[in-house]
Amino acid sequence: MRLTNVLAATMAAIFFAATGPAFAETAVAKLLKSTADHGKFKALDREFESGPEVTKACLSCHTEAAKQIHQTQHWKWEFVNPDTKQLLGKKHVVNNFCTSVASNEAACNSCHIGYGWRDDKFDFTVEENVDCLVCHDATGKYKKPSGFAGLPVTKDTEFPPGSGKIVKAINLREIAQKVGPTKRTTCGACHFNGGGGDGVKHGDLDSSLEAPDKNLDVHMDVKGNNFSCATCHKTGGHQVPGSRYAPTAMDKAPAHIRGLQDKTNPATCPACHGQAPHKLAKLNDHTAKLACQTCHIPAFARGGMPTKLSWDWSTAGKLGPDGKPMTIKNEDGYDTYMSIKGDFVWKENVQPEYIWFNGTVKYTLVGDKIEKGDKPTQINHFEGSPTDGKSMIWPIKLFRGKQAYDPVNKSLVITHLAGNDGTAFWKNLKWEQAVATGMAAAHTPFSGKVDFIETESMWPITHMVAPKEKAVGCIECHVSNGRLEKIDGLYMPGRGRDHLAVLDLGGWALAALALLVVLGHGVGRYLVYQRNR
Amino acid sequence: MSRTYIFKRFERFWHWSQAALILFMLASGFEVHGVYKLLGWQRAVELHTTAAWALIVLWAFAIFWHFTTGEWKQYIPTTEKIAAVMRYYAFGIFDRNAHHPFRTTQLTKHNPLQRLAYLFVKLFINPLIWISGLLYLYYPELARTSAMGGIELGSVATAHTLAAFLMLIFLIVHVYFATTGHTPLAHIKAMITGWEDLEEEPLASKPG
Repeated sequence: MRLTNVLAATMAAIFFAATGPAFAETAVAKLLKSTADHGKFKALDREFESGPEVTKACLSCHTEAAKQIHQTQHWKWEFVNPDTKQLLGKKHVVNNFCTSVASNEAACNSCHIGYGWRDDKFDFTVEENVDCLVCHDATGKYKKPSGFAGLPVTKDTEFPPGSGKIVKAINLREIAQKVGPTKRTTCGACHFNGGGGDGVKHGDLDSSLEAPDKNLDVHMDVKGNNFSCATCHKTGGHQVPGSRYAPTAMDKAPAHIRGLQDKTNPATCPACHGQAPHKLAKLNDHTAKLACQTCHIPAFARGGMPTKLSWDWSTAGKLGPDGKPMTIKNEDGYDTYMSIKGDFVWKENVQPEYIWFNGTVKYTLVGDKIEKGDKPTQINHFEGSPTDGKSMIWPIKLFRGKQAYDPVNKSLVITHLAGNDGTAFWKNLKWEQAVATGMAAAHTPFSGKVDFIETESMWPITHMVAPKEKAVGCIECHVSNGRLEKIDGLYMPGRGRDHLAVLDLGGWALAALALLVVLGHGVGRYLVYQRNR
Repeated sequence: MSRTYIFKRFERFWHWSQAALILFMLASGFEVHGVYKLLGWQRAVELHTTAAWALIVLWAFAIFWHFTTGEWKQYIPTTEKIAAVMRYYAFGIFDRNAHHPFRTTQLTKHNPLQRLAYLFVKLFINPLIWISGLLYLYYPELARTSAMGGIELGSVATAHTLAAFLMLIFLIVHVYFATTGHTPLAHIKAMITGWEDLEEEPLASKPG
């Protein structure tokens, strides 16, 4: 009797465990009110040899999709800042992580939403080069391995050639038949892994946001609001709003309303919450100068995994005792030194730094004159001041680096890091050769000399919004040496440096003097009273 | 000695509730100023603001009372005997044969020194506190219009801090003077009950 019960329970458990996700998916499909089951489309009911073949099938119905994609930053990796006129985008900037895309396309461009961007000869006008699946995969099985220039692997392949390591093929038919809207995991496949690994770059974006709880992100909380990325980054015609190349630092527009033509960025907090979201009037006063994120994101890298805070390329190249490139890990298993990359510092639960930011980001690009000095070179400086009328106080991650530059031409350089050839730095650890190849690929002059320069890059902190109970408390700023100690241009009650020192000193001195005089007077009266008794 | 009814019921209520509010606002205000931690900063701000509104309401009633009862005349400054009063507090008070040169009556409750001090509180410290305090509280709203005329929040806060220090110094001296009656608690009892024991002896300066 008892045995049958146990058996029945076990069977039931297996049954529910097996069917659970299927139920969940059905529920999601109903919720999304999709009118199409891609599994029933003839165009998708076939074997696919390559990614572009899938795209052709997609475009047979979604005729305008590739044309839309071709307009986007996601496709072009290029952005002209309308204010500074700087030519930006991943294709052009140099950062202080893996530094640059040029000459490393085969590796980097596994995160391009296209197929086959291997070098500067990639044709950006070909429609079937658009990768639909990387954003619309609903199975979680779609992969674009590094080294394949953004192509998925459809036959088991040894990579790198001769290494004996096999990259497993994926079944594009299954993936194509189950496509759906973008999800946290599809966006995250690239955006959580910026800088070459989970959580490395942004600090407020890592794989903990795939299924966050309320404390990590009040909007994405899987048991609560369960927002996807696109809930805020509200996209129309594949144009995703909310880029950090030209962020909205100050949004004084009212909350967006259905039916109104809202021209402002839908990804900002006020786009939903408006200008006076707090019950306490005094808190609403703060929205004049503080970005919402400043109080509502008390720390980044809160999801249980660290982010990189610094990267020193100048120490790369030291070999292990066996004469081979080595990796040193910290107690949590994160690389702190790699022969091919140098030294890193990782940290979890990082309190942001704070700056005045007006939305203008000024980049130092290859060819811009840079000089070793007291201050690090600003890879991307966030402009702003307390008086320009456009700035708000923002939380940022300040990422510190030390990276290769050309000391003769006084310029940042493009380094050929990844590749199976003789000059790639990760292959031979020789800077001059690697930079020469990189600079040649970008058609940029190089003196032949390499030195290292300190750099800083800035990353806006805007994700991982904590529930209101966990927001930054008053006292964390309204105090001497608090979070906003370095912020100039405002009077902050409780912050000592804002006080008129002479008034505080004089006030306490006079009060103390008054106390002393009256006490002395009282003692005198008491002594007289005693003597006269 | 004779007992005279000096402080009316409203006056006593006003005095003590004002005393409590001012003590509380000094304590919470200096916490907001960053001097120490007591209530917690946010709570200090909230309670300080609530107490401020209570004090403003109290003052509104008190001002009304002063004018309808004519009690405002008690604060008309005078220099008569002021030197004598100061001399008394400096020297005479230590001599048991000396008498206070001022004689309290229902119509003249305050000696000339008190008149000056209270007038300074009422016409300078109090207005400075509540004008700077209200500007402080509503600064963001006011700054959005041109109402602030370019006055910085820091200046408003500094004026408010100055007023707070003045009030603190007044409070220290005032509390001490409250102990200088014919017994240390005489004035304080009078302020509670309204009845003061007054000297019937002619004043030392009186001829005869």
